[in-house]
Amino acid sequence: MPNGWFTFVAITTVKSAVLLGVLLTAVAYTVWLERKVIGHIQNRWGPTRVGPFGLLQPLADGVKLLLKEDISLSGVYQPLFILAPVLAVGLALTSISVIPIGESITVRGVPVQLQIADVNIALLVLLGVTSIGVYGIALAGWSSNSKYSLLGALRASAQMVSYELSLGLSLVGVLILTGSLSLREIVNHQGEWPWQWNVIAGGQLVAFFIYLTAAFAETNRIPFDLPEGETELVAGYHTEYSSMKFAMFFMAEYTNMVTVACVATTVFLGGWHGPVFGPAPVRMALPLFWFVLKVFFFLFLYIWVRATLPRFRYDQLMAFGWKVLLPLALANILITSLVVAVGT
Amino acid sequence: MLHQILFFFFAAACVAGALNLLFQRHPINSALSLIVVMGSLAVLYLLLGAEFVAAIQVIVYAGAIMVLFIFVIMLLNAGEEEHVGGSRVAAALGYPAVALLVGLLAWAVVRSSGSAGLTLGGFVGSTQAIGYLVFRGFLLPFEVTSVLILIAIMGAVVLARKED
Repeated sequence: MPNGWFTFVAITTVKSAVLLGVLLTAVAYTVWLERKVIGHIQNRWGPTRVGPFGLLQPLADGVKLLLKEDISLSGVYQPLFILAPVLAVGLALTSISVIPIGESITVRGVPVQLQIADVNIALLVLLGVTSIGVYGIALAGWSSNSKYSLLGALRASAQMVSYELSLGLSLVGVLILTGSLSLREIVNHQGEWPWQWNVIAGGQLVAFFIYLTAAFAETNRIPFDLPEGETELVAGYHTEYSSMKFAMFFMAEYTNMVTVACVATTVFLGGWHGPVFGPAPVRMALPLFWFVLKVFFFLFLYIWVRATLPRFRYDQLMAFGWKVLLPLALANILITSLVVAVGT
Repeated sequence: MLHQILFFFFAAACVAGALNLLFQRHPINSALSLIVVMGSLAVLYLLLGAEFVAAIQVIVYAGAIMVLFIFVIMLLNAGEEEHVGGSRVAAALGYPAVALLVGLLAWAVVRSSGSAGLTLGGFVGSTQAIGYLVFRGFLLPFEVTSVLILIAIMGAVVLARKED
C-alpha cells in the first residue's frame, strides 16, 4: 500500500507540474495570439520586434512586469489587497485540474489518466470554483479604496452572479443526456465524428450558444467587459494594481479563458474525440491534437469577437442575461428532458 | 489516517473561522471568516462521502449567498464597528446560557447516535441518491418549499418596487 500511495502522489505531482507549465505557457501565448490576430484584423502587424514574429514577446512582457516597481499605496486595505490577486489566480488555476484532456495512457505498466483528478462531480466542482472566483475581483475592488475600482468590482460581481445561472443551466441539458456529472463520462458519451457530439447529436446547439455567451460574461471579455470599461472606469477593479499583482489578474483572466474553452470542448464538442487514423504513433497523438485544436478554436473565437463587437451597455447586459439567456436555458432543459423522457 | 488528519484540520479551521467571525471588528473580515466556515463545512461533508452536498454548500453558501453579503457590505461601505461595553445583565445571563446550550447539544448528539454512528464515507450522499430522495420520497415538501421561496421572491419584488 505505501508503494501505491507513493506512485499516486508522484504521478499526481508530475501531472500537476506538467499541466501548470503547459497552461501558463498557453496563457502567455494566448496574449501574443490576441495581439497578433487583432493586429492583422485591424490591418496592423502586432508584435514583431522581439524574436521571429514577435514570438518572444510574452517572455519580454513577463520580465518587464516582474521588474516593475510594485507601488505600495497608503489608502488600501493591505491584507485583502494582497489576497485578492492570489485568490483570483489560484482559483483560476485550480479549475483546470478536473478537466480530462485524453484517455489514460500506460507508462511503464502504470495506467496514467490524462487528468489530474477524475472526480464524479467534476462539473459541480467547476461551478463551485467559478462562484468562489468572484471574490478575487470583489475584494480587489473593495480593498483598493478607490471609486473606479469599487464600481468595477460591483459591476463584475453583479455580472458574474447573473450569468453564472445561465452558465450552469446551459450545462444541465448535457447532464440529462449523459446521466453523470463526471467530465470523463460526458466525453465518452460522445462519438468521434462531429455529428455525434453533444452540440449536434444531443440537440444542444442552443445550450452551446447560451454557454458561450455566458462564458464571455464570466471571463469579463468583450462584449461584456464593462467591469474594466476603460472609457468610464480607467481599468475597473485592477486600477490600483501594479507590477506582478496586476499581472496576476491578467493571468487569471486568460487562464479562465482557457478553462472555459476546455469545458466547452469537453461538454459540447466531444473532448478529445475526433477521427483517428494512420499508424500507431499518429493514433496516439491525434486525440490530444483534436483537443488542442478545439480549445484553440475557442480562443480564436474569443479574440475574433473582441476585434469585432462593441461593448454592451450595462442595463442591456443585465436585461440580456435575465430576460433572454435564463428563459432560453430553462426552455432548453424542459425540451431536452421531454425528449429524453419520450425517447426512453 | 489521512481522513482523520483532514477532519481535524478542517474542523479546527471551522471553529477558528467562527470565532474569528465574532472577534473581528470589520464587517468584511467577519464575512470572509464566514466563507472559511462554509468552505470547511463543505470539506467535512466531503469527508463523510456527501459529495453533492459539499459541492452545493460551496456553490450556494460560499459562492452565491456570501457574495451578496460582501456586495451589501461594499455598497454600504460599512466601516469598523465601535466596541460598546455591553450590559452586565447580558454578560451574566449570556455566558451560562451559551454553555448550557452547547452542553445540551453535545449531550443530544452523543446520546442519539454515539460516535460509532458516523463513519467516514458512510453517508448516502451521491448525486443520484439525493435525486431519488428529492424527486420521489420528498417530492411534496420539495415543491412546497420552492413555492414558499417563490412567494418570498415576489414579496421582495413588490416591496422593492417604487410606486410611480
